Amino acid sequence: MIEIRGLSQTYQGPQGPVEALRGIDLHITPGEVFGIIGRSGAGKSSLVRTINLLNRPTQGAVIVNGRDLTQLGDADLRAARRDIGMVFQHFNLLSSRTVFDNVALPLELAGMPRGEIAQRVNPLLELVGLSQLAGRYPAQISGGQKQRVGIARALASRPQVLLSDEATSALDPETTRSILDLLRQVNRELGLTVVLITHQMQVIKQIADRVAVIDAGRIVEQGRVLDVFTRPQQPITRSLIDEILPQELPASVLDHVRKLAAQLQGAGQGAVGQLLRLSYAGDSAYQPILSRLVRGFGVDMSILHGQVDEIQDQTFGSLAVYASGEPAQLRGAIAQLRAEGVEVQEVNVVLED
Amino acid sequence: MFENFSEMMLELFATSLWETVVMVGISGVVGALLGVPLGVFLRLTDRGGVLENGPLNKTVGWLVNAVRSTPFIILLVAIIPLTRFITGSSIGTAAAVVPLTIAAAPFVARLVEASLREVDHGLVEAAQAMGATTGQIVWKVLLPEALPGIVAGLTITFVSLTGYSAMAGAIGGGGLGDLGIRYGYQRFLPDIMLAVVVVLVFFVQAVQSLGDWAVRRLSHR
Repeated sequence: MIEIRGLSQTYQGPQGPVEALRGIDLHITPGEVFGIIGRSGAGKSSLVRTINLLNRPTQGAVIVNGRDLTQLGDADLRAARRDIGMVFQHFNLLSSRTVFDNVALPLELAGMPRGEIAQRVNPLLELVGLSQLAGRYPAQISGGQKQRVGIARALASRPQVLLSDEATSALDPETTRSILDLLRQVNRELGLTVVLITHQMQVIKQIADRVAVIDAGRIVEQGRVLDVFTRPQQPITRSLIDEILPQELPASVLDHVRKLAAQLQGAGQGAVGQLLRLSYAGDSAYQPILSRLVRGFGVDMSILHGQVDEIQDQTFGSLAVYASGEPAQLRGAIAQLRAEGVEVQEVNVVLED
Repeated sequence: MFENFSEMMLELFATSLWETVVMVGISGVVGALLGVPLGVFLRLTDRGGVLENGPLNKTVGWLVNAVRSTPFIILLVAIIPLTRFITGSSIGTAAAVVPLTIAAAPFVARLVEASLREVDHGLVEAAQAMGATTGQIVWKVLLPEALPGIVAGLTITFVSLTGYSAMAGAIGGGGLGDLGIRYGYQRFLPDIMLAVVVVLVFFVQAVQSLGDWAVRRLSHR
């Protein structure tokens, strides 16, 4: 559906040339929700704007529906843009037009007769739940409603691709959730390919199928959302995930670990303890893994901290566990966990500060 | 106090008021017809505009500034050949309309340019993402969104033209300002002068109120 090859963009900044995008390759398949996440200034906005050429790259190809947009003339590019809807962070609705007329705008631009426009706009307003507000002006409706108008407008020309540029960043968490549900709904019902950029992992977690992490103009990591969440490879990815699934242990938990370790040493029976971070997803989440370990290896497990959540209808968990027992048994238990498909990280805690 | 207000005098007031309305009305409308496209042109060719073109923008901008910085009384006499070419005469109300129009157009252009600059660039970007042509961006996005500001600017223009029209007496243009100078000042009739000022105050108030009402009707922000 969308193929980006060797994309780079350089622009002249006040202190010489700035490389906003460097050698980006992406392949987005039809019907998927593809998320691009990065911190502000990472280049994600520049990247999404190259997909409809609002931003013309210095180098590389942007192939949408088999056509390289960078090779098109003005008229062909305008026609190609009608197949790509776009939703904006600040909605970008015309204050001089009613809700109905805002949704009608892309159709007017395409030269559709008045009568047909109404037939197209009314079902869209129904889809986004705004039929009652058709005659209102943008100033008279809420932020969430404005974004619904934005989505209806983006869908008016029946595009195959929907680009979302931080569509929920200006909205509160509850409205964000309902807007994301709507995007997911149009993705499923209309078979639309959705490319969304965001700085919030929460957004990726809620609706994306695949995710690419962009940092300093480069894609540093990409893959299925579940895989990226369970096995993040890059520090930037870890820190972005950390915002919704904190990886750092709270000080009180660390204190507790120190106490447990001191107790073990005091007991002096050869038992050792180890703090483990376990991440698991999918099938392994439903297995009674921990209780099997306790029985099979005679180790003790205390769950200190963690979350169990759902991504793409799959359960996903991240736990901090303090395991203690005979050294050989403990090693066996850890090997068993890995064999069951759990990502195990052995965390060393400094005992004395 | 009102011994100077003979029937003839009242008739003179009516004629002068009509002359002012004609001068301000025609020059305002024609000035807007020239100034609005000029303002759109200045905005489109400006930095960040859809048709960005630095040299062209600077040249036209310089010309607009040149006309705006010429004192009106000088402009009035300086363009007499042009006035004679257009109206066939260099004196009279019709002749005064030409310099007033030429003064109004760049004034309107700058006000329109400023209103267009207030339109969020995101709206232009959204229209481009929908596949809009430059003409469609102007007609469907920029002008409708800037309309309240443009109407407010035109109101200012009409009020300013009313002031300028007082100088039209220098080329026999007539109007209320001319009446005030000739009767109130040169013939020492202070009550006539006062009456002229009062009429002009009400005239300007009416124009401004009408403009404000239109802006309120048009604005949906």
